[in-house]
Order: sequence, then structure tokens, then C-alpha cells
Amino acid sequence: MGAGGARIAVLDYGAANMVSITRALATVGADPVVVAEPACLTDVDALVVPGVGAAAPAMDHLRERGMLEPLREWVRAGKPCLGICLGFQLFFDASDEGNAPTLGLLSGRTVALESAPTLPHIGWNSVEFVREHPLFDGVSSGSYFYFVHSFAPAPNDPSIILSRTTHGRPFVSAVAQGSLYGLQFHPEKSSDAGLRVLANFVGVVNGSRATPAGVA
Amino acid sequence: MLARRVIPCLDVDNGRVVKGTNFVNLTDEGDPAELADRYAREGADEIVFLDITAAHEKRGTVLDVVRRTASRAFVPLTVGGGVRSVDEMRAVLRAGADKVSFNTAAVAEPELLTACAERFGSQAVVCAIDARRLPPVEGTAPRWEVVTHGGRQPTELEAVAWAVRVVELGAGELLVTSMDRDGTGSGFDTDLLAAIAGRVRVPVIASGGAAGPDDFVAAVRDGKADAVLAATIFHRRTHSIADVKSAMAAAGLPVRRTEEWAA
Repeated sequence: MGAGGARIAVLDYGAANMVSITRALATVGADPVVVAEPACLTDVDALVVPGVGAAAPAMDHLRERGMLEPLREWVRAGKPCLGICLGFQLFFDASDEGNAPTLGLLSGRTVALESAPTLPHIGWNSVEFVREHPLFDGVSSGSYFYFVHSFAPAPNDPSIILSRTTHGRPFVSAVAQGSLYGLQFHPEKSSDAGLRVLANFVGVVNGSRATPAGVA
Repeated sequence: MLARRVIPCLDVDNGRVVKGTNFVNLTDEGDPAELADRYAREGADEIVFLDITAAHEKRGTVLDVVRRTASRAFVPLTVGGGVRSVDEMRAVLRAGADKVSFNTAAVAEPELLTACAERFGSQAVVCAIDARRLPPVEGTAPRWEVVTHGGRQPTELEAVAWAVRVVELGAGELLVTSMDRDGTGSGFDTDLLAAIAGRVRVPVIASGGAAGPDDFVAAVRDGKADAVLAATIFHRRTHSIADVKSAMAAAGLPVRRTEEWAA
């Protein structure tokens, strides 16, 4: 880490608070760079897709910026990618929010938290682990993270589920499939627990950076 | 289980934290970013900056406050006061805020809530409702009127009906302040909170009147609030955020405890 911190591209498609996520990544030792076009994806070690808001306009922005295919290629190539909130939801096939087709990188659909006592689901809620994963190293099951959303993905493949959270009904709050990670909560707004998860992601990126190429 | 939030509010004038009563006798209390960071470390679940800068040419100062806070305190930030357009809201969000709270601007131009919700999502649009109890009428439930300009301007809007309306317009959260209780330390108006929380599905933040931890418990238990905001008791260090959360936990309310991270 330090000067040789992982270079992490944070995708800016007009749907996120870029200050918090880039500062949080820098705080845990990464070297974040805000990217808005595909050419900027060369020469980075990992990609973060942040975002809040609605799925349909977000997909429109990605399409306008020519980011849809580069993003899919990045993930298909097995390079590390972390989706946060809306960014996470976009990984799935489609969203009921505006009935929008989304990236189709994970099998499943984003659906409304219909039985929730309050909507949007805003605030700190406990994340209950389904299985252990390096992303949650040093974090205990039941820790609180900050959520802001009204929809949540329902993955078809239960083996990718890392955690669940309950608001009205249980929903999936974190997944991992290969090098693709998704968080429904905002680690960049979840104080120390969130920074720990981001540090773990950066650790995974550093690990993948060191191994395959064999270059120290 | 969704935790009940404890939210300190900082009045910011020209880039500095101030405290005072009814916007007079303001005392400079330091750098908002520094104070916000301290509150975040003490367990604040969110920070609200209320921008009371009067001079239009100085309005940008709050953006710098947000930027500096978002760079070091990784908790949600809300800015209230002075935002009157989609473009102004975009600037605040780009500086690092997560939500913008509309008060007088929502009364003057309700469509602004819809325009901002369509552009940034309802979750980023908070509507602040300042309400004052109407004279009681024998045999009827209490009623409240929406007021603006720090309580000086009546609107003839009934507060519960207004709450329902602003949610329909796109507000994703309501910050409800009792102007009868604000600054008095006589406790939250739990009747007002419960009347509004019973009619909307979005989270309700209680404000106005906190004197001690028991008031926070009452706002959630009796007022059905999802979050509780206070300024004076935290600034004067009468009670810490941890004191308030301990009282809430002791009353069986779910709160985010931060001790586990202290080590």
C-alpha cells in the first residue's frame, strides 16, 4: 500500500457522491481515480461502481458515456469490481424500478422492499452474515451499516449471497461472485465498519495484483 | 433491525458553527468540519448542517464545509437552508452531501421537491416542516400550522396535511420541528410527531425541544419517530451522543453502538 496503493477507478456517471467514496478509498490506502469514460479503465487495478437514485436514468447515463460494454468486459475478464447500492443493483438482469434492463452480470432481478414499515429504507441496519468472506474480515456479523434505498436485488444463485439485512422482510445486503462484489449499503458512509470493508476490498485487489502476473 | 438515528445539527453561518436563539446573539463556536468529525467519532448516525448564511454572496461557504467534512467524516451529511433549485442541490451533493433539506423553499415552490426527487431520487430530498400548535378547540384533536422564516411567518397550511402532500410530491424523509418546543428544552411534541408518522410511510426525524436522553426515548416510543435531531444539548455537552444512545438502548430501542470500534 502507501505510495504503491492499488489504483481504483471510481465510475462517475452522474449518480453518486464522488467525494465520500474517493476519500474513503484514499483513507484505507488506495489510490482512487474518478473515471467517466472507457479509455480511463486502462492502467487501473479495480473498478468501483457507486451510485444512488433510480436504475433507468443511471443505465441511460452509462449508455451515453459508452460505458456499458467496457464495464461488462471488465467483469467478464475477472478483474476486481465493487458495486455499491445502485451500482450493485445494476449488476443484475433488470430492475423493477422503472422496469429497466440492467447489466446482466449477475442472474436475478432488483425488486421493491414492498413490506417495509418505512420507505425509503434510510439509516443504519444490521448486516447478518450468511457465510464468511474476506470482504468482512474483522467485522462481526450484526454490525451496523448505512442504507439508503427502496429496492434490493433478489439473486437467483443463493451461493453468491454473503449477508442479509431485514427491513420488513430479509433482503440480500452483500454478494460475491469471483472478483465481482456487491454491497447494498454504503461503506463510504458507514464510519469505521464501512472503512474496514473498503480496506478489505483493497486488500483483495492488492492480492490479485500481486499473484497472476507474478510481478512484485 | 433498523437502528433509531441520533443526529446532531450544526447551525452554520458564513462557514462557521454558531449557536444562538432565534438567529440573534450568535456566538462563534468553531469549524463545522472539525465539530462534525468529532460528533461522528462520538457515534453520530448522521450530521445535519443548517446553513443560516444571510448574505447571498457568501452562500458558497457551506459547500466548502461539506467538502471538508465529507473528506474526513464517513457518515451521512444533510444540508438544509438556502437551496432553491435543482442546480443548487446538485452543487451541494457534488460537494459530498447525501441529502438536502427544503423548508421555506418547499412552501414557496412545492414543485421543487418533485424536480429534485426526479433528478436525484427521493432518498436525497428531505422536507423540513416547522409547525406551531393551533389554539385548542374543545373536543377535537390538536392541530398544527406550518410556519416559515424561523417561525415568524404563518402559512395557513395544516402540518399533517402538508406532510402527506410533500411526500406525494417526492420528499423521502421529513424533518419535523415543533416551534412551540424549539429552544425551550421542554421535550419533543410527541403528539405532532405521532400525528405525522401515522400518516406517511417515509422516515420522520424529530426536532425541537430536546433537554435530555429521556426526550429522545419519548420521540421514538411515543412520537413514532425514526430519528431524533438536536443541537443545543450536544453543543453545550450537557449530554453526549453516547448518553442518549444508552438511554434509548435501555428503553429497548435499537441503536447503533460504536464502542466495539473504540479499541
